[in-house]
Amino acid sequence: MTIAVREAPARPAEAAENVNDFAINVATANGSGSQTSNGVLVRALFKMGIPVTAKNLFPSNIQGLPTWYIIRLSKDGYTGRRETMEVQVCMNGRTVAEDMAQVAPGGIVLYDDSLPVAARRKDVTYYPMPVKELVKAADLPFALRDYVANMVYVGVLAHLLEIDLDEIEAALLWNFEGKPKPAKLNMDMVNRAFAWAEENLTKTDGFRVAPMTGFNEGKIMADGNTAAALGAIFGGMTVTSWYPITPASSLAENVSKYAPKLRTDPDTGQATYAVIQAEDELAAIGMVVGAGWAGARAMTSTSGPGMSLMAEFAGLAYFAEIPAVVWNVQRMGPSTGLPTRTAQPDILSAYYLSHGDCRHVVLFPANPAECFEFGATAFDLAERLQTLVLVLSDLDLGMNVHITEPFAYPEKPMDRGKVLNADEIKALNGSWGRYKDVDGDGIGYRTLPGTPNPAAAYFARGTGHNEYAVYSERSEDWEANLFRLRRKFDTARTLVPGPVVETDNDAEIGIISLGSNDGAVQEARSRLAAQGIATSYLRLRALPIGASVRDFIHSYSKVFVVEANFDGQLHNILTTEEPAQATKLFSLAKCDGLSLSARFIAEGVAAGIN
Amino acid sequence: MSTSAQEMVAKRAASAARAVTPKVNPLGLEKNDYKGRPSTLCKGCGHDSISQRIMNVAWELGLDQSQVIKMSGIGCSSKTPAYYLGWSHGFNGVHGRMPSIATGAIAANQKLTCIGVGGDGDTASIGIGQFKHAMRRNLPMVYIVENNGVYGLTKGQFSATADDGQTLKYQGVNHLPPLDICLEALAANATFVARSFAGDPKQVEALLKAALSHRGIAVIDIISPCVTFNNHDSSTKSYGYGKEHEIPLHELSYVPAIHDEIEIEEYEGELEVELHDGAKIVLKKLDESHDPTSRGAAFDAIDRAHQEGKFLTGLFYVSEEQPDMLEMLHLTGTPLAQLPTEKLRPSREALAELMAGF
Ligand SMILES: Cc1ncc(C[n+]2csc(CCOP(=O)(O)OP(=O)(O)O)c2C)c(N)n1
Ligand code: SF4
Ligand SMILES: [Mg+2]
Repeated sequence: MTIAVREAPARPAEAAENVNDFAINVATANGSGSQTSNGVLVRALFKMGIPVTAKNLFPSNIQGLPTWYIIRLSKDGYTGRRETMEVQVCMNGRTVAEDMAQVAPGGIVLYDDSLPVAARRKDVTYYPMPVKELVKAADLPFALRDYVANMVYVGVLAHLLEIDLDEIEAALLWNFEGKPKPAKLNMDMVNRAFAWAEENLTKTDGFRVAPMTGFNEGKIMADGNTAAALGAIFGGMTVTSWYPITPASSLAENVSKYAPKLRTDPDTGQATYAVIQAEDELAAIGMVVGAGWAGARAMTSTSGPGMSLMAEFAGLAYFAEIPAVVWNVQRMGPSTGLPTRTAQPDILSAYYLSHGDCRHVVLFPANPAECFEFGATAFDLAERLQTLVLVLSDLDLGMNVHITEPFAYPEKPMDRGKVLNADEIKALNGSWGRYKDVDGDGIGYRTLPGTPNPAAAYFARGTGHNEYAVYSERSEDWEANLFRLRRKFDTARTLVPGPVVETDNDAEIGIISLGSNDGAVQEARSRLAAQGIATSYLRLRALPIGASVRDFIHSYSKVFVVEANFDGQLHNILTTEEPAQATKLFSLAKCDGLSLSARFIAEGVAAGIN
Repeated sequence: MSTSAQEMVAKRAASAARAVTPKVNPLGLEKNDYKGRPSTLCKGCGHDSISQRIMNVAWELGLDQSQVIKMSGIGCSSKTPAYYLGWSHGFNGVHGRMPSIATGAIAANQKLTCIGVGGDGDTASIGIGQFKHAMRRNLPMVYIVENNGVYGLTKGQFSATADDGQTLKYQGVNHLPPLDICLEALAANATFVARSFAGDPKQVEALLKAALSHRGIAVIDIISPCVTFNNHDSSTKSYGYGKEHEIPLHELSYVPAIHDEIEIEEYEGELEVELHDGAKIVLKKLDESHDPTSRGAAFDAIDRAHQEGKFLTGLFYVSEEQPDMLEMLHLTGTPLAQLPTEKLRPSREALAELMAGF
C-alpha cells in the first residue's frame, strides 16, 4: 500500500557537506513541460561555473509516460554518466515509489505532496512541495498551469541547493529567446516556490552548489544535433533531404531553423540551399546521391532504421563514386529497438553498408564542437574521395546538451575535390576517362552535369563499368576497378581525422573508444590511475584506421575496446583490420540504453587485466 | 517476316523518303550528333522507337545536350539513356528510385533539363511511391514510362500494369487489375499527363515537345511492346511473335531477331494496330472536344476508354498554374552546384554572433 508522506522529514544524524558533486534526478511525466524547467536548471548551474551534464531519459511517447532528467554536477569536471543519484525530484505519481527507492543512501527527496508514495526510507531526507497549492495561488491561465507547475521544483531546489536566482532568471530569458513575458510568468512561480521553501522547509542535508571557476569559462552548452546542423551550414551544405526519426529529427530541423538567417543570398534574398522532407529514407538518400552527382554538397540525417533503408543507395554512391553525407544519430537496435535510448549499435552496418564489397568512410564525433567541425569535414572528404561518408553520432551526443568548446570557424577552405571544367576537358583532348586513376591515389576526375562541353558527359551507373564509365562485363575491368577502389580507400586512411591519443608513459594498458564515450573513459582512467593502473587512451575519430591505430595497439600489452553496443562492433572491425594483433584486443561493450559509466569501464579494465 | 510487318517497313521507307529533313538544327548539329551508344536491346523492342523519338525531338528543338540530364532506374527501358543524347550526362540509378535521384540533381542545378525514363516495373511496381511523390512535388522534368506490362530485364514476370487475365508461360494468369499510370499520375496531382504508343512517331514527338516546354512534371505513359516476353494474345501490350515459338523462360538463350519496330501512320479517331502475330490493339485518340485543363474530364475519358477495352492516347491533362518544386524552394539564381564558396560559408562574424547566444 502506498501512503502520502506528510510529516516533516526526520533529521539525519550527521549531514555530510557535499558541494557540486552529486546528481539530481527529476522524474516527470512526458509532455508535462519539464523540458523548460530542466533546461533552465542546467543552464543556471553551467553559468555558475559548475561542470554539469544532462541526460534526458524519455519514452517513445508524446504524453504521459515517465521521463527522467539526470543532471550531474562534478566539481572535478567529469562529464560521463554517474550511476548514483543523490537528489531525487518526484513529480510523477506513476514512478514515485521506484524513484524514491533508488536514491542513494544519505540523499534527499523532493516530492509533489499530492502524490501517493511508498513507505519512507530512514536513510534519506524528504522535502514535500505543495505544488497544487502554489500553482493555485499563482492564479495562472488554466492552459499554463501544468506547464508552469514544473517551476515549483526549480524554486524549491534553488532554495535547498542555493542555486543563484539571477542565473535562473537569465536562463529563463534565454530559453524564451529574450521574450520577457513567458520568462516572467515562469520566474514568478520560481520565486513563489523559493519563498515558500524559505519559510517552510528546514534544510537538514549537506547538498549544495557553489559558484566555481576553472572549467566552464569560454565554453558553451549545446547539443550535437544543433552543432551538426550549424556545421553543415558553415560547411557549405547545399541540399539537405531527410525523413523524420528520433533521435535525428532535430538535426534537419535545426538546418531549417538556422539556414534562412545564415544562408540567404544577400544579392537575391533567396536561398543558397534546399531542404527537402522526403517521403522516406530511400528517397532521402536518393536525393542526396542525385544532388551530389550534380555538384551539390548534399546530406541527410537519420537513425538505424533509416540507415538500413539507405543500404542500396549507399552501394550506388560507393560504386558510382558520388559524394554523399549521411548523419546517423544512433539509437538502440536491433529493429525499432528503443527509439529514445542511446547506443552505438550501427558501427558495423555503417562501415559495410550495402551488398557487394563495400566499405565506407565513417566519422565519430565525440562532442558538439566536433559535430560542428565534422559538418564541414564530412563534405570535404565526400567530395575529395568522391564517395559516401557516414557520420555516427548518438542520441546522447545529439539530443542532450553538453559543455563544449565554442564552435571553431572552419579555417580550411572547402575542398571541392577533383572536378574538371569545360576548358580542362577541352585541354585533355579526348583522353579523359571518368574513372581513370591519373594521380595514383585511386581518385578519378569527375565532371558535373551542365558543364558546357560535349566531351564532359559520362554515364553514371551502378553496373560494372570501365575507366570511361562504359558498361562492361569484362573480368579485367571489374577487377581493375575494385583494385582502384581499394587504393582509394587506402588514400582515405590518410585523409580522415586522425585519432586523439593520450599517452601515459607508465601504461601497459591501452583503451580505444569512440564518440560520446569520451567523458566516461576519461573519468575511468582517473579512477584506474588512483588504483595504480596507468592507461593510455586512443579516441578513434574515423574509419578506416590508419597506421597510428596499429602503432597504438602495438605499444601496449592489452588494449580494451570500449563501446556502447552489445556485440563489440568496433572490436570486431579492429580485429579484422589488425589480425596480427587481434589477440591483444579485448572487448568492453555494453548496451543498456544508458551512456556508458566510468564505473563500468574502470571495473571492466581492472577485471580484465589479469 | 509477316505480311503486316513487311507493309509496315514499306510504309516507313516511303514516309522517310517523303520527308525533307534539314541537315542541321539551330545549333548547327546533325541528327547523328544526338545519338548515344548502339542499343543492346532486342531488335524490335518498343523502347528503341522511343529513344529515336527523343533524339529527333531534341535535335529538332536544338536542345543543348550539355544542359540536359538523362535519368533512369533499372530495367531494359532504363538502359536506353545510354543510347541517345551522347553529349548529355546520364544516370542509370537503382530500380524504382529514379525520381529521387532526379529530385536531388534538379535541386542542385535548376538550369538543367531533366528527361527521365523508367519501365512500368520501375514506375508502377517498385517505384510507385517515388513516382507519386515526384508528381506531388511537381518536379520539373519529363517522365517517360516505357510501358510493356512486363519485367523485360528479369525475363518476363508480370508488372503492376499487366492486364487482368493476361497469361505468361511460367507466371500463369494474372488476376490482378492493372494500375493505370495516367490515373495514378492524375490522382497524385501531376500537371501534365499524356499517353501514346511507341509506334506512333508523330504523336510521341508532339507530346515530347509539349512536355519539354511544360513547367513542372510531365508524364508520358508510352505503350512500348516487349517483343520477347509480352508475347501472348491475351496481352494488350504485345507484338505477339512468341505464341508459336514458346521458349521456356529460363532457358531463353536466343531472342528472335526478325522484328521491326512497329510504326503506324497518322490516323483520326481510332486505329486498330495489327501486331506481328495478328493480335490487335485499338488506339483511340482523345476527342477534339476533350478539355485538357479539366482533371475530372481526364479521369472520365480514361475510365470510359478502359471500359471499351481501348487505349486512349493524347494529352489528357495539363495545368501550368501550379508552382514547380524549384519555385517552392525559393532558390537563388545561380544553381546551387555552381555557387562560389563565399556564398556557401557564412561569415566569421555570423558564427561569433551565434556563439554569443549559446
Ligand atoms: C531492388 C531490385 N530488385 C529487383 C531487381 C531486378 N530487376 C531488374 S529490372 C527489373 C524489372 C524491370 O521491369 P521494367 O521496369 O518494367 O523495365 P523493362 O525491363 O520492362 O523495360 C527487376 C525486377 C533490381 N535490379 N533491383
Ligand atoms: S526483353 Fe523486352 S523490353 Fe527488354 S529489350 Fe527485349 S523486347 Fe525490349
Ligand atoms: Mg516493363
